[in-house]
Amino acid sequence: MSDLEVFRKETRAWLEKNCPPEMRKPVQSEEEICWGGRKWKFHSEAQRVWLERMAEKGWTVPEWPKEYCGGGLSREEAKILQKEMRALGCRSPLDSFGIWMLGPALLKYGSEEQKREYLPQIVQGKIRWCQGYSEPNAGSDLASLATKAEDKGNHFLVNGQKIWTSYADKADWIFCLVRTDFSAPKHEGISFILFDMDSKGVSTKPILLISGKSPFCETFFDNVEVPKKNLVGQLNKGWEIAKYLLTHERAMIGGMGLRAAGRPVSQIAADSVGLDAEGRLADPVLRGKIAEVSIDEMAFVFALERAGDLAKAGQANPAFSSVLKYYGSELNKRRHELLMAAGGSAALEWESPRSKQGALARAWLRTKANSIEGGTSEVQLNIVAKRILDLPGA
Amino acid sequence: MPLVLNDEQGLLRDSARGFLAKNAPVSHLRKLRDQRDETGFSRALWKQFAEMGFAGILIPEEFGGAGLGYVEAGVVMEEIGRTLTPSPFLSTALLCAGTIARAGSEAQKKEHLGKIAAGERIGAFAIDEHSKHNPAQIALSAKRSGNGFSLNGAKGIVVDGHVADFLIVAARTSGEPGETKGITLFIVDPKTKGIETERTIMVDSHNAARISFDNAQVNADAVLGEVDQGWKIIEGALNVGRAAVASELVGAGEEAFARTANYLKERKQFGKRIGEFQALQHRAAHLYCEIEITRAAVLKALQTLDEHFDHAGSIVSVAKARAGASATLAVQEAMQMHGGFGMTDEFDIGFFMKRVRVGQELFGDSNFHADQLARLNRY
Repeated sequence: MSDLEVFRKETRAWLEKNCPPEMRKPVQSEEEICWGGRKWKFHSEAQRVWLERMAEKGWTVPEWPKEYCGGGLSREEAKILQKEMRALGCRSPLDSFGIWMLGPALLKYGSEEQKREYLPQIVQGKIRWCQGYSEPNAGSDLASLATKAEDKGNHFLVNGQKIWTSYADKADWIFCLVRTDFSAPKHEGISFILFDMDSKGVSTKPILLISGKSPFCETFFDNVEVPKKNLVGQLNKGWEIAKYLLTHERAMIGGMGLRAAGRPVSQIAADSVGLDAEGRLADPVLRGKIAEVSIDEMAFVFALERAGDLAKAGQANPAFSSVLKYYGSELNKRRHELLMAAGGSAALEWESPRSKQGALARAWLRTKANSIEGGTSEVQLNIVAKRILDLPGA
Repeated sequence: MPLVLNDEQGLLRDSARGFLAKNAPVSHLRKLRDQRDETGFSRALWKQFAEMGFAGILIPEEFGGAGLGYVEAGVVMEEIGRTLTPSPFLSTALLCAGTIARAGSEAQKKEHLGKIAAGERIGAFAIDEHSKHNPAQIALSAKRSGNGFSLNGAKGIVVDGHVADFLIVAARTSGEPGETKGITLFIVDPKTKGIETERTIMVDSHNAARISFDNAQVNADAVLGEVDQGWKIIEGALNVGRAAVASELVGAGEEAFARTANYLKERKQFGKRIGEFQALQHRAAHLYCEIEITRAAVLKALQTLDEHFDHAGSIVSVAKARAGASATLAVQEAMQMHGGFGMTDEFDIGFFMKRVRVGQELFGDSNFHADQLARLNRY
């Protein structure tokens, strides 16, 4: 048996032994997703145990180095772990902006001290991070951000406002873009700093969205003191880190739709329109559309896999994350339009136990942000035109 | 297995690309068309294909082939897509040789494989009977007669059927059209009495034929596989054909796109290069995304054929559906962005549009494969 086959066998056995049965059922609502952090209240004992066991092996982040408590797995091993988890229906033990965004940036740009300080806490789900990027006047034109950090000798003094900060009200720490040089061109006066959301002068205000939920906040900084050692990389060189982190954020948002569990759209449609004598959905047009989206979803899964393999082989264009972000978020919107079409009027009940308080409708409305957050679809197409296709004037 | 080409596959791609660019660029197809070539392809080129090892790409080494896999076959098909080269590679090297290598008797393998690998024998796979691909509907009948069978019926869009030295014919030995049971494959000499072949000049200047069977007699040893049990062999052959054509479509779509992107960088209007206009930039970027997503699906399909041949159906359908759709988008955008030049016969873009239309149709278009996927997932 090859080493990988041995690994597969052992992994399967370990998962069967250690993944609680409750954690092998599809996530029914957003509340069942584990985000961890100081303020986290576990939804169930099974959720706590599952995170603890996976974190202990470093398998919340299978490919991070062991020295920072990651899993230390090779790409091929990580694929096997993912496959085996999928086969058993294992839930993700931990969703985390630390894993998806900050971690990769710290691994590349952080000091050794910062890596040892922050990465293990991310692996273990002890600190929940939020992202201080967008501002009221810095959306697609992110580099025009104005939140300022003044050098006060042993600390930075931060003043300003962020917006669309996902889960700022639930987060423990923030990774934040601040302007440290107002006289330099806009890309050259930005720094990347980290600070505790419990710091004096930080306040958050959730924003009520069309989904009736408030995943995003306005975040205010009023004379917040941030230790100088919390600067990542060099002063005024934060834009490079910001962009690097964005490539990871984009890949994450692109892949997000595929993580959403729940019933397949074909089953929801079967409840609504019924089946014909041959077992096909009785609405042939809807059936065709479902098949088309399924084809694109399967193809997109392969594209994600390939992008990871190309990166591992050193053949990836860094701008490729824009392809994944653009395609994945547009696909997720299509998918949710189709879910609503399949659900029919039953999916329109906003407040009812039958619709789980309008779960499908709220998720559908939430997806409308996918092609805006992390850079709009139009921004991604600009990046592809410029950095991959090398079109003139792009 | 990583979803990228390995080093050897990369080298194969480079050598196929170099060979085709030198010996069979689009002008090669144009010349065959303009000269109204009797066969529509170049035997000398096919001989060179054989010398390169391409004709025997799927044939085991013991029969004189290269003994490579479906990923390698797809790599060559993609390059053929870039140059639109007409050749018996699909019909002979992939469909016929692949089928005989997988399902043929020892005698059939000995008879055909070595000659195919040497570029000395051309085969054609006769399956479709209707305008739209629907293999379960096979009606061409094979009734027991004397020592063998008597064939009656007709086939259409038989790729390279007009130059084939032998045919693999799917016929019904029992059951009704629509049923997958009761289909048998035969290896047939097209010179058999009762068989008539009509070359059909196609929109893409590639090669196909209509073939009719009027009490054509074949011996019992013409059966490929077992009587009534042909469906599984056909499915396998079709999946190879679908993944291969999907690869070709990736190549054709990507080449059409590359030519278009170059044009955007050169053509000036309103005092600017037209690639500076965001309206075109976004369409080009969108098209690039579609092609890249498709490329991943097609490589996955080829790898799955190599690793789990009997379980490749749904992934192959995804690949063929995607390839048909994104190559179609590529040639449509190419045509529009080239403006009036694209409409001229002198410009090559039209050749890409025509070939992609045929590739979309071969072995099931995007709609057919969407339906397949729905069936496989029981909805």
